[in-house]
Amino acid sequence: MQLTTVWFGLIAILWCGYFLLEGFDFGVGVLLPVIGRTERQRRVLINTIGPVWDGNEVWLVVAGGATFAAFPEWYATLFSGFYLPLLLILLALIVRGVAFEYRGKVDSAAWRRRWDIGIFVGSAVPAFLWGVAFGNIVRGVRLDADHEYVGSFVDLLNPYALLGGITTLALFTLHGAVFLALKTDGEVRARAGALAVRLGLAALLVAGGFLSWTQWMRTDLTGAVLSAAAAASLAGGVGAAKLRREGWAFVGTAAAIVLATVALFATLFPEVLPSTVAAANSLTVHNASATPYTLKIMTWVAAFCTPVVLAYQGWTYWVFRRRLRVEDIPQAAAEPAGGQTEAAVRQPGL
Amino acid sequence: MTCPFRDLWPLRGGGEITRLGDVDALDLARWQFAVTTLYHFIFVPITIGLSALVAVLQTVWLRTGKSEYLRATKFFGKLFLINFAMGVVTGIVQEFQFGMNWSNYSRFVGDIFGAPLAIEGLLAFFLESTFLGLWMFGWERLPRRVHLACIWLVAIGTQLSAYFILAANAWMQHPVGYRINAERGRAELTDFVAVLTNSTALVAYAHTFMACFVTAGAFMLAVAGWHLRRRNQPEVFRPALRLAGWVVLVAGLGVVVTGDLQARVMTDQQPMKMAAAEALYSTTDGASFSLFTVGSLDGHEELFSIRVPKLLSLMATTSPDGRVEGVDNLQAAYAAQLGPGDYRPLIPVTYWSFRLMIGFGVLAMLVAALTLWHARRERPRLARWVWPAAIWAVALPLLANSTGWIFTEMGRQPWTVFGVLKTADSVSPEVGVADVALSLGVFTVLYGILAVIELLLMVRYVRAGAPEEEQRPAEDGVDRPLAFAY
Ligand code: HDD
Ligand code: HEM
Ligand code: HEM
Repeated sequence: MQLTTVWFGLIAILWCGYFLLEGFDFGVGVLLPVIGRTERQRRVLINTIGPVWDGNEVWLVVAGGATFAAFPEWYATLFSGFYLPLLLILLALIVRGVAFEYRGKVDSAAWRRRWDIGIFVGSAVPAFLWGVAFGNIVRGVRLDADHEYVGSFVDLLNPYALLGGITTLALFTLHGAVFLALKTDGEVRARAGALAVRLGLAALLVAGGFLSWTQWMRTDLTGAVLSAAAAASLAGGVGAAKLRREGWAFVGTAAAIVLATVALFATLFPEVLPSTVAAANSLTVHNASATPYTLKIMTWVAAFCTPVVLAYQGWTYWVFRRRLRVEDIPQAAAEPAGGQTEAAVRQPGL
Repeated sequence: MTCPFRDLWPLRGGGEITRLGDVDALDLARWQFAVTTLYHFIFVPITIGLSALVAVLQTVWLRTGKSEYLRATKFFGKLFLINFAMGVVTGIVQEFQFGMNWSNYSRFVGDIFGAPLAIEGLLAFFLESTFLGLWMFGWERLPRRVHLACIWLVAIGTQLSAYFILAANAWMQHPVGYRINAERGRAELTDFVAVLTNSTALVAYAHTFMACFVTAGAFMLAVAGWHLRRRNQPEVFRPALRLAGWVVLVAGLGVVVTGDLQARVMTDQQPMKMAAAEALYSTTDGASFSLFTVGSLDGHEELFSIRVPKLLSLMATTSPDGRVEGVDNLQAAYAAQLGPGDYRPLIPVTYWSFRLMIGFGVLAMLVAALTLWHARRERPRLARWVWPAAIWAVALPLLANSTGWIFTEMGRQPWTVFGVLKTADSVSPEVGVADVALSLGVFTVLYGILAVIELLLMVRYVRAGAPEEEQRPAEDGVDRPLAFAY
């Protein structure tokens, strides 16, 4: 197999990892105001992803870096072409990251409410825009002969891409609900489980629509088979959620997200960013790639690092495997992070 | 749409950049890079230095069992986390920015520059973020030694990330291990080991490493000074003060030594930058170094200056009578070699940023030395000026870092990759001035707001002081629920 193909595959894997992992923490963020009715419940929700969300986000950083290294032309065209959506995503990720870390650090309901809005918007916006971005990648955009994007921002908001955005938003929200049902107990668990079933039907509808539209637009046998498998996993996951088999439900939504992502990449291959102006202007794994020498080095690095990363990230999930319960959150819910004593932060004059 | 010169290597792009008054997208992209990177680099050195210092405090606690060290670990750990969050969110912008604003640059150098960036993510960022999550939430879940290992792994991760990103930056200062593929109009990697062992990268890493510890040490010194001034919790803050003071002094010395090495490497590789650092216009043997100059720096006229004889030659060449080339001579040489053009950076900026970097850094060391000396016992002058000086000195290394980077990056102008790719040819050709203006505007406003919030939180948590005697974390990984955090 050619190294360019290997790297196309590796980048697909990185996006799968990103959507699989950050997908549920986006979902938890979107569901924060819906499932978290009391402050203690919101704390439970956020604590389910507290130790892992940053590690999940690094999948995006690495996907970006790997694209830069392996397909510089793709990175350059994509990032400069999708300027405004990426700007919005960046702003959302900044607000969200800061919100997680800072919301518990001042004991005031108004303070926390503001950061909760930040978490909600900061999760919903990228969950939607990633779908819009991938919709446009698969559909193709206006690239000139220099591989520069010459369309406008509004061109990116076409119906197909918007449906892609709704699909990722729905899938990630569902994935988050299923994750919460798996990681919590009591009222939160019940509410998340019930919501998962309802969300599941909606997600099945839009994801089915989006994947069918994709196949109608760019028919690809592998892509079609994978899309069907994604839909089946999604249906299985929703069924398991209905039967309150939470572990299986999570496996189902996780598999659906991975399979749908792989389906998009498989449909795209060997192009990485098709041009709607002229087929000759399209970016492919060949004309966008780095040199074989660079790819070879990167392959060695990836072969050594990836298993180690997977091992320690997996270990994190094992360490924090217990379900979280509202009763475990102290009544004075605003106690700041890391076990500092109440008295210490509540000094007069702060 | 197409630049008339685009087939002439290495000029590429610059096609249809619209202007907004006197400003074009290139100017704004440069401003955006400067604003976002300098902002990122406020938090970065504190993260790098403080992660190691917190790891040291926790290690001492485990070794001695003294609860003061546990309290100091938790206290400084909290401040570290507040800072870390900002480092992470501003870092993502950096990663995206190359493609967004500098797409021609990314096309041109991606084959070389992308690899260290990707490796940084794979090797360093995963390590940092995963083990920080474990450390933050794992106090009651992990065996003590494993928990300690987590913070050390975070510290190692920050070092790896610094090394790879500096290797990428060093390649822009001194490109090695590459060839130009004229057909594809890009630079291609031929020797990755050469990129990683670039002499510029080695000295820049050493220098930045030291600077990070000066920064984190000064931070700890200020915080400890604030509490000791109020006679709060001396059992926690006296040891912290001593540790911090010594870190500033030792790392400060390291900064001077490595900076001197760097100056020599730089004179060799980017002589124009050294000439610009001193605003030395004509080639001189036994050149002096001016501490301060009044006059027209660019008009070649000097009204007043304080000079140290022969110091510039000593810095640049190790010999007091060595020859340092001047801006005008270099300009003529470059023009002859590379064609007509202006190869000079903005001299007032390079001149002052170089001096201010050294000045701020040396001042920080002085304050640390004075604080250590006077804090040996209670004295009235402590309260009057030593403590305030120690507290305000927290700003000095931050300023030295910023001016250091401004010098490094502005001194390289007009090049993004020295001698290979000009800044004007690096910018995204199809990104309009309005887009960049928008993103520069929102980043500046958002960063401003976040700066205020972060400062208020820091002050609040500094004031709260170290936790009082608390029960120690469970001895061995007892599976207690995840009650705290956030
Ligand atoms: C000398 C050190 C240094 C320098 C020059 C830079 N950084 Fe940085 N960066 C770090 C040292 C660091 C760090 C200490 O490793 C940070 C700070 C907080 C953190 O989590 O890691 C970090 C965070 C950080 C992150 C977030 C990682 C995460 O999500 O955990 C990204 C994507 C970048 N950086 C990327 C960049 C880029 C593209 C730079 C060049 C323009 C850059 N950094 C300059
Ligand atoms: C080590 C990683 C870094 C890389 C890869 C890097 C790369 C770049 C690039 C691509 C530009 C834009 C092109 C240009 O204007 O020359 C630039 C400019 C700049 N960078 Fe860096 N940089 C790095 C670190 C930093 C840091 C940490 C700072 C400051 C804290 C900094 C300060 C600046 C400034 C002030 C400019 C603007 C100079 C100008 O445009 O006139 N850089 N750098
Ligand atoms: C006698 C003292 C110092 C000398 C001689 C010195 C020398 C230098 C030189 C020559 C450079 C530019 C390297 C290049 O562009 O190739 C530089 C950059 C820099 N300096 Fe210093 N420096 C000194 C003190 C300090 C101090 C005290 C700090 C901060 C605490 C500091 C932080 C930096 C930083 C962050 C950079 C940019 C990154 C880099 O290129 O390594 N420096 N320094």
